Formats: sequence, C-alpha cells, structure tokens
Amino acid sequence: MKKHYSPPSQGIFGQIFDSLFILVLVYASLMIPLLLKAEEKAESAAAAVQAAANATWESLGQNAVQQAQWIKLGYGPEEAAVLINDRFDYTIDPLMLVITIAVIAGYFIFMLTVSKRQYREVIAEKFD
Amino acid sequence: MATEKIGVGSGQRISMLKVLNPFHIWALGVGIVLVGEFMGWNFTVGKGGAYASLIACWVIGLLYTCVAMIDSEVTSTVAAAGGQYTQAKHIIGPLMAFNVGLYLVMAYTMLCAADALVVGDLMKSGAAVMGYADLDTRPFVVLTVAFLAWLNYRGVFMTLTINLVITFLAFMSLVVLFIAVNPLSQGDVLQHQGLLTDLPYGWIGVVAALQFGMWYYLGIEGTCQAAEEVRSAGRSIPLGTMGGIMTLLVAATITWFVATGLMPWQYLGQAVTPMYDAASLLGNTNLQLMLFMATAFAAIASANGCINDASRAWFSLGRDRYMPVFFGAIHPRYRTPYRSIMFLVPIAISFAFTGLLDQVITFSILSGLLGYTFMSFNMVKFRKMWPLESIHRGYIHPFHPLPAITLFVLCCATYFATFLGYGASLLSIMAFYIVASLWFVFRRYQYVKRADQFTMPWPRPKGY
Repeated sequence: MKKHYSPPSQGIFGQIFDSLFILVLVYASLMIPLLLKAEEKAESAAAAVQAAANATWESLGQNAVQQAQWIKLGYGPEEAAVLINDRFDYTIDPLMLVITIAVIAGYFIFMLTVSKRQYREVIAEKFD
Repeated sequence: MATEKIGVGSGQRISMLKVLNPFHIWALGVGIVLVGEFMGWNFTVGKGGAYASLIACWVIGLLYTCVAMIDSEVTSTVAAAGGQYTQAKHIIGPLMAFNVGLYLVMAYTMLCAADALVVGDLMKSGAAVMGYADLDTRPFVVLTVAFLAWLNYRGVFMTLTINLVITFLAFMSLVVLFIAVNPLSQGDVLQHQGLLTDLPYGWIGVVAALQFGMWYYLGIEGTCQAAEEVRSAGRSIPLGTMGGIMTLLVAATITWFVATGLMPWQYLGQAVTPMYDAASLLGNTNLQLMLFMATAFAAIASANGCINDASRAWFSLGRDRYMPVFFGAIHPRYRTPYRSIMFLVPIAISFAFTGLLDQVITFSILSGLLGYTFMSFNMVKFRKMWPLESIHRGYIHPFHPLPAITLFVLCCATYFATFLGYGASLLSIMAFYIVASLWFVFRRYQYVKRADQFTMPWPRPKGY
C-alpha cells in the first residue's frame, strides 16, 4: 500500500501570515480599479457639473410626467442634469475584450488542470 | 452525523446541531436575497434602462432557476457544511474547492458590507426627514454587523428563526406597496406611459444590465451552507430553495413594476434605497414608515444570512487546512463556528466603511458568478463520475444537461455584461483569484491532508 502524505504542522505566525496575505489581496483588488478610475471619474464629474449649469427640462428631454416626478423627488433641472448626463460608455476595446476572455479562460483551465492532478492524489490515497 | 474538532489539537469531537426545517432554509435563502429587491437591482436600470432591467430580471431568473435545480440535487446528496465548497472538493479537486470556498466567503462578506451600508444610508435618510441632516452612518454600520455577529455566535436556530420573521414581513411590505399603488389603474398612481422610454443604450444596454440583474437573486444558493444543520437535507434543501426562487421571481417583478411606474429611469438607476423613495413619492406617511422598516429588515436579514454563510464557508476552509486550522473550530456550548464569525466581523465593517456600494456589489456579484460557472461543469462531472444508479440522491433534477448548459451560457453573457462598464474591476478581481490560486498551489497545499478531502461514503468515481 502506498504511504499517505503527512503534512507538516503550521505554527501560529504562519497561520497569521496566511490570513493576512488573503486580506491584503482582497483590499488590493478592491482598491486598484478605484485608483485607475479616480482621475477619469473626477474629470467626468467636473464635466457633468459644467453641463448641468443652465439646464432646462426641455434640454434634458424630460416630458411633463417625468418633470413632475423629478420635482416630487426634490430635484430641479440642474440637479437632475447631473444624474441624466451621467451615462455609461459601451464602446468596446477589442484588445481589452480579448485580454479579459484570455484571463478568465486561462484561470479556469489552470484551475481545472491542477485540480485534476490533486484530485487523483486524493482518490489514490482514499481508495488504493 | 458529521463531527468536527473543537480546537486545534484538543481531540474532543463535537457536531453542529441538526435543528432546521424547510422554512428555515427558505428564510436563509430569501432572507439573504430579498434586500436585492429593496436596493441594488435598480443599477440594472442605470446600465440599460427600465425595459432592460425587466429583461435582465427574467433572464437572470432563468440562470438562478438552473442554479436552484443543480444545487438541490448536489446538496441533497453532499449534505455537509460548506455547500458548494464541499461539492467541489468531492467532484473537481482541492484547488477548485479552495477557490469555491473563497467565492462564497467573498460574495457573502461583500454582500454583508453592502447591507450594512444600506442600513446606514437608510438611517441617514430617516434622520433627514426628521430634520437631522448629515447623520454619521458609521455607528449604524458597526452596530448592525456586531449585533448580527453576536446573534450568529449564540446559535443558528435563533438566528434563522429571526430571519424567517423579518424576511416574511419585508416580503409582505412589497405586496402591500403593490396593492397601494392601485396596479390595475394606470395613470392613477403609476405613470408607466410617461416614464417608460425606449432602450437608452439599445440592445447592448440589455446585455450590460445582466450584471446587476444578478442582484435580484444573488445568494439564494446560500441554502446549501445549512446542509449539515437541517433535519432532512433531501427534503428541506430542495423545498426551501425552489420555494425561495419562486418567491424571488414574484418579488422582483412586483419591485420592477412599482418602481418604474413612479421614478424616471435616470434617477432610479442611481438610487441607494429605491423602494423607500417609491413609498416617499406616494405621500403616505404610514407607507413611508412601512418601507423604511421593511428596507431595514431586508438589509438586516440579508446581513444575518451572509454572516451565517460566510462563516461556515471560512470554517470549512479552516477545517480542511485550506486556511489556517485555527478557524476550523466549533463553540463547545453554542455549536457555532465562532472563530470564523468573529474573524469576518471587522472585515465586513471595513469594506462597508469604504462607502463604495457599486464596487462592493461588483466584487460580490463576480464572486457569485464564478461560483455559478463552477456549478455548470460540476453538475456534468457529478453525473458522469457517479451515474444515477450508483449513489443515493436526495433529489434528482429533470432535463439534465440542459440546466447546466443554459447556466454556462448565461454565465458567459454575464461576464460580458460586467466587462461593459466594469472591465477594470473584472480584471482586478480575476487577478485576486489567480494570485490566491498560485498561493494555494505553491504554499498552502502542503498543509492539506490528501485522503481527508474525500469524506462521502461513495464508491470510487468513474474515470479515476
């Protein structure tokens, strides 16, 4: 019978390090997109405020019903213009799309390949 | 009955209590998700307009129906704490299981943070109505998470019984709001003719809306986390999960109908508490108060369920040494994974303190989406490795492999939807999971006992 793998025991400092490592990774991945977008957002916010000056319901394309609901919500045309002019840009950058597809596909392929190898070890120890 | 070690090296073995019934499972699933009808779903309107939101609601409803069907079969067969994580361990392998465990922890912890943010914002809105402008939301965020963590620490039965009550009340408030707007009489209260517009971004906006469409249902798969604590997994999990998805389909449709008939899509697409805003527009103080309470209940129920699920996933990772073994402990008196519960409290609070609702929601959604992608090929492998007659299943879902294929296709569409508008976040979150995977393979896996990763009393899988 094949000898079972016996893992080393981990000390308290190793356990603390491993927990903190994952935490730092999470915070980094949450913050990086914000840092990348911060400048872009500041520019678009400034542009939106500028565009909102002197806005009217007509220039914003709001009909009578929409105007009435904006007013009930406490918004005048200039405040509403900031929300109305804040639009998504769905222009697709083909290179970024290809990179994104490659990253997601590569991640799953790597994970399934390594998992399969590890799973064979598990099954061998369990059933052989 | 499953058994777990109390602590590292203590040698004393103890199990979680089997006290839950199908209603608790319904409350766990719907409780986590229902807050999505009170906030977050409306970002679909911002990404594609009102009609895009309705299409996303139904298309993503189909995705979650597939999730519920697959989950019901696999969980009723692999009835253990950790849910999909334990399934991945038995069907795909350790690295996949580690990733699935992380998906669950991140999806639920981020969702808990978003819930706490909503409670804080709601208190601020309520204070503003009463004349106290600029209320500091942070004490409410801390209080919400700390109180719910304490509840979770003390025991699962009380935790989910409270969820059952407040989830039911929150759901009924949506029904009352629906009746109050006189839905059969257009133009009386609801103004769909004047407020609904063509698709502002065209059909690409409809695809883009699929991203936040997940918020209508995100977390229903959390029912699996209680598999080790239900009295009959084969009965309770399918009943609670499928009942939950039906409840959510009704709630999502009501929510869309009421909100889009009251608010311009540009406002609705960026509102933090849209259903409370909808009630405020009706000019009825009782309704406004009811929706204030209901939004708070929904957010609290969701945060409560999230702490329950995230801590069980983290506990399972610790128990199997995928994470430090310190976390794989159960409280000797309350029978709860208390160390995992306490560890996740400051994390949820700090995420909530960032105030980045859409960023936190995107992390949660993407973690969920990665988990659903796993479920599609996990189901196909499960049927191949253990055909129907080879092991006892608590429930067998119909039309296999159609739900798995549909789920995979819809997951791909939702990745593309996230790329539209949140491409940087998508790549950043993928980078997190890639680095974490490399860390697991090259450092953490050395601490994992190989044979302990397979604990089900099943025969050797076909092909291995």
